[in-house]
Amino acid sequence: MAEGKTQIAVLSGKGGTGKTMLSVNLAAAIENSLYVDCDVEEPNGHLFLKPSTENEKNVFVQHPKVCEQSCNGCRLCVKFCNFNALAYIQEKLMVFEDICHSCGGCALVCPQKAISEEDRTIGKISEGKSENVKVLTGVLNPGEQSGVPIISELVKMCRKEPGTTIIDCPPGSSCVVMDSIKDADYCILVAEPTIFGASNLEMVYELVKLFNKPFGVVLNKCLKDKNPAEEFCKEKGITVVGKIPFDHRLGKLNGDGQIAVRESKLYKKMFSDLYVRVAKEVKHEKVINP
Amino acid sequence: MKKLLILSGKGGTGKTTVASAFIKLHNAKVYADCDVDAPNLHLVTNQGIKPKNSDYYGLPKAKIDNLLCVRCGICMQHCRFDAIYKAEVYKVNEYQCEGCGVCELVCPNKAVTLQPDIAGQLTLYDDSEVFSTAQLKMGRGTSGLLVSEVKKQITSPSIKTDLAIIDGSPGIGCPVIASIKGVDMVLVVAEPSVSGLSDIKRIIKTAEKFQVKTALCINKYDLNLEKSKEIERYCDKKQIFFAGRIPFDDKAVKVVNSGKNIVDCDGEAAEAIKDIFNSVYGRINGYKHTPNED
Repeated sequence: MAEGKTQIAVLSGKGGTGKTMLSVNLAAAIENSLYVDCDVEEPNGHLFLKPSTENEKNVFVQHPKVCEQSCNGCRLCVKFCNFNALAYIQEKLMVFEDICHSCGGCALVCPQKAISEEDRTIGKISEGKSENVKVLTGVLNPGEQSGVPIISELVKMCRKEPGTTIIDCPPGSSCVVMDSIKDADYCILVAEPTIFGASNLEMVYELVKLFNKPFGVVLNKCLKDKNPAEEFCKEKGITVVGKIPFDHRLGKLNGDGQIAVRESKLYKKMFSDLYVRVAKEVKHEKVINP
Repeated sequence: MKKLLILSGKGGTGKTTVASAFIKLHNAKVYADCDVDAPNLHLVTNQGIKPKNSDYYGLPKAKIDNLLCVRCGICMQHCRFDAIYKAEVYKVNEYQCEGCGVCELVCPNKAVTLQPDIAGQLTLYDDSEVFSTAQLKMGRGTSGLLVSEVKKQITSPSIKTDLAIIDGSPGIGCPVIASIKGVDMVLVVAEPSVSGLSDIKRIIKTAEKFQVKTALCINKYDLNLEKSKEIERYCDKKQIFFAGRIPFDDKAVKVVNSGKNIVDCDGEAAEAIKDIFNSVYGRINGYKHTPNED
């Protein structure tokens, strides 16, 4: 990791906890930050940051292309494919592109060299700017199975960026989340004050522990009542780096696609203070785990 | 048995709350939770009995035998998933490996083999009610296959019933696609915000690809009336059946946290959910008598 370069990933066990709200506001509260939307199935950050589009590129995967003249129907490729993406039906080799993982095995195994590979677009990445924030957004095309190739490309692009990067992750704790936090120096886990919130928090907590990532929790939509997510943090001795109250005005700003930090001094201070707290934690972690 | 799937494009819109309410209202005998990444339905449906658990084997994982490996690195060169790395010896990163078997194929020394891998756990409660759920292991992929297994557990239940209720997973990717396949109707739970509108457009587009009938309801609609109207207009334009609006109810969090069902407490939200259920139920059964509508 380069000097002065920090990657902060924002996670939650479930969508709707406020990951994007927190990510865009943190990015907006920091000077010259980079916001990266890795929730390629449902990217929402751009709806708030409304970045100019400066650059756009398609993301490709390779998929098999069959030369019918060369294929002699030996079915070795069909047998090899662990994803069932190939079938030999009515003396013809069929490729089911949407379940192909692009491993390239079928082309390797074919004794007739009847299979080659072609590029296929599965989504895109846009690069843009929104005031002080540089924005990278990955978008998966509907009907496509996996956004992993787009996330991998985003992670690669982040490596070249200096300064502070905020990564808005996909929800859950599956492979797409893992790919998103690969390079992260610190993870912020966002949790709702419900029993669902606590259960989902436990899952991402297990994930960051598994990957040895330093982390802290932001409790969102806090009410006066008992907060099961907060109790979970107490029980496990997890650092709570911030508490955001349930606030109709913040909810309305967010629902309308506004960035709270840019609309009011109060929120600007709230998210700047939160960032200071997080930055302190990151620095502390870097001393312990350089 | 008709299958109703509840989706949202995104988590946190109230899918599970709506699903658990429907289960209660219909006194449903068969239901499932397809959110294998973050299942929550079991937290609000009371299963008195011990479930039957079984291991779910996902795709296998590669394993390199150090005694046979001659350190040629051909496996690493061919792996498209960056799953093989060189430490002192060549190793497989189990979180990156997708189990394609290319490494096994190219290894000149038969040092690589594919090994079975437990990628999650399937759970089935089968008593007077059938409830199928699962949990994917941390960092495992192929959740679509696990979703299919969850659904398989309810395809021929021991109980006769007219409607199965399925709580879906967030997003539009493989678990959602696996959830949609073979259901009779999708109910989208939307939230009135710019994100909500963006998410439903993508989930509706995905559902269209599978030619499934779609209905939509808006949760917490009064938090943003303009966005709610915009969503309704969108449904109108796309000819999506609009099933109703649920008002924001601050008692709801309390009710859910105390382990109760939202329809157990009186209030506008509970009333709205009842109406939505009735109209969705009518709609899904209507198809039986008018098959030409498809």
